[in-house]
Amino acid sequence: MSIRLIQAPGEPASLVVRGARLLDPDAGIDETRDLVVRDGRIGGSAAGLEKIDGAGMLVAPGFVDPHVHLRTPGREDTEDLATGTAAAAAGGFTAILAMPNTHPSTDSPAVLGSLIERAGLEARIPVGFLPAITVGQHGEELSEQGEMAQLGAAGFSDDGWPVANAAVMRRALQYQKLTGLPLVLHEEDPDLSGDGCVHEGPVATRLGLPGIPGVSEAVAVARDVLLAEYEGGRIHICHVSAKETVAEIRRAKERGIAVTAEVTPHHLLLTHDELSSLDPARHKMNPPLRAEEDRQLLIEALLDGTIDCIATDHAPHAQNEKEEAFEDAPFGVTGLETAFAACYTGLVESGLVPLDILIQRLSGDPARAFDIPVPTLAEGAEANFSLIDVGSTWEVAATDFESRSTNSAFTGEALRGRVALTLAGGKRAWSRIAGRVGEISQNS
Amino acid sequence: MRRHLLGISDLDRPEVARILRESRRFSEVMERDIKKLPTLRGRSIINLFFEASTRTSTSFELAGKRLSADVVNVKGSGSSVEKGESLKDTVLTLDAYRPDVLVIRHSSVGAAQIATQYTDAAVINAGDGTHAHPTQALLDLYTVEREVGPLDGLHVAFVGDVAHSRVARSGALAFRMMGANVALVGPPTLIPRDADTALGATISHDIADIASADLVYVLRMQRERMGKGGFVPTLREYSALFGVNHSRLRPGQRVLHAGPMNRGVEISPALADDPLALIERQAGYGMVVRMAVLHDAIAQSAETAEAIDGMGLEAR
Repeated sequence: MSIRLIQAPGEPASLVVRGARLLDPDAGIDETRDLVVRDGRIGGSAAGLEKIDGAGMLVAPGFVDPHVHLRTPGREDTEDLATGTAAAAAGGFTAILAMPNTHPSTDSPAVLGSLIERAGLEARIPVGFLPAITVGQHGEELSEQGEMAQLGAAGFSDDGWPVANAAVMRRALQYQKLTGLPLVLHEEDPDLSGDGCVHEGPVATRLGLPGIPGVSEAVAVARDVLLAEYEGGRIHICHVSAKETVAEIRRAKERGIAVTAEVTPHHLLLTHDELSSLDPARHKMNPPLRAEEDRQLLIEALLDGTIDCIATDHAPHAQNEKEEAFEDAPFGVTGLETAFAACYTGLVESGLVPLDILIQRLSGDPARAFDIPVPTLAEGAEANFSLIDVGSTWEVAATDFESRSTNSAFTGEALRGRVALTLAGGKRAWSRIAGRVGEISQNS
Repeated sequence: MRRHLLGISDLDRPEVARILRESRRFSEVMERDIKKLPTLRGRSIINLFFEASTRTSTSFELAGKRLSADVVNVKGSGSSVEKGESLKDTVLTLDAYRPDVLVIRHSSVGAAQIATQYTDAAVINAGDGTHAHPTQALLDLYTVEREVGPLDGLHVAFVGDVAHSRVARSGALAFRMMGANVALVGPPTLIPRDADTALGATISHDIADIASADLVYVLRMQRERMGKGGFVPTLREYSALFGVNHSRLRPGQRVLHAGPMNRGVEISPALADDPLALIERQAGYGMVVRMAVLHDAIAQSAETAEAIDGMGLEAR
């Protein structure tokens, strides 16, 4: 059994990017030169190929996002496979994994099979699927994971909800020996979280909003690393947000437990101080934006590898759902199209995270955590990279998203590092060269 | 220009003082034989109440009418809200009638904030969930200033269910702004985390600590918001440990309660009826403070400020 990443068919790309800085830390590449792509693969002769001016720009290996919501089937009004993968391509991603909280839930071989089929027609970049751990994501009965693994599932997740029952979690870890696929865990204690909707602390108290304490996440992680250790299982912790969780993961890794973890750009960059906006479209998500101390520890954990990778938790919602009172609106923000630019502007330009580490955490590290082929700029590899404009400033506007939804935490922000061109699976997936969206200008 | 009143932090100390002064002037008018002023003639006010209210809705309605504004009351029940109309659409619909002021009460935090996005009217938050109730805080300040004296240096103790209380949140911020000291007294399960830093208050779990307070502000046990929380073991024990009654007060202490009261739970029946408590005064003063708030909201619109500058006080 191996995981399947599915992309719609298309012409292999042939082009040359001229004079960009090529930076692929995993392959030891950091040089400014031309990058030739011929028939979808890196290398070969530049003769006769379309030329793209990359002067002053950056080429990075394709980003890999193991945590997106494509809302298909059921909520195609907010995102579908075509728009979601276009948004991913526009953010420089060349592989993504989609979560199963769809309608119906992606919890059966039938639903997974139809998604794989549709992805083969619509996906602009390779997309894989993380079907549910339990039927309906209700946390009670295991889904048919054996058959879904045979179909090419990338792992299993009840994301949106924790597997609240420890015995069910333990069964899933035992059954994992059949599939070898990671269990991808949304961690919180539902009783501790209660009806909370923001980080518990002074901001929640001032606003009168019920809080979700950091320990709600950490106690769930503590339980699951113990269970994973006991069963010899492999788990991946979604969207780490709390300082207490960082400590638990660090301890687990020191003990040699097979645990990986991700963090979102918004948790790395924003805190609950944003909440005075009371704007659910930008600032209501689960886990919630936490305190500055949490944010600092997340950055530290990302740097030292306690947290393996960055994932967006791209969660599109209809505009009307996000126009309700803060307390009544659903959780979630989009993230695919702003992930690199937000991190580049907020972490790299501010000197907190070196650029090569950011690229690894967005590309090779998530790929390794999920046994996805590592995107590389090395000679002979399939073309999976993006060309990034790190020089000019982009004011994020709700009108220029490829996603069908606009609930971004970064709307209105001035960011640098917008993606200009993405090749995924050897094909052109995205371009905004010369101001023409979705098409490459012929300047050879 | 600031026009909305969503929380106490929308005001600064001089603005609060101005509203309290205006309240006093309106209060004097209310002593007159004819209690109606032409101040807001030709203005319209819509009171949009998604959540039950007696004091706030009545006093806002009367306040608008005493100022000669056209006042329309819309309630959640009996309106299109019952047919599933969203907050946005309800506000957009009412905005089409071009009100000058929209007063909104809603059970969810952030409702008034959302409303500001869909109307040109000045929005006054008459309570949004457990967040804020700024006009309650203003009328509390006014009540204390009139009945007790200057706010600066006073010691106020809020007692009981702070966690679910927008009255305590707005009240603590408002009393602090005016120079009073604020204590929060209650069981640990009902004092939200970091309340000291969030609200600039001291925290105690011992009812005896109300002894040092000039004012004891008794908070309602909000049983309807508690759900399955189990915040206190029983109301009987709560009353035994934190109920405010005569034996727990020293002479000279004054008592406030925003109502509605749970007699025999957070406050003893005898204390609730004691004229030394300011509870009835709070209700009465609510109207003149809301007259001042409505006047202020409309006066903040630049083009109308001059026209109503005289408030009509001299007009009769």
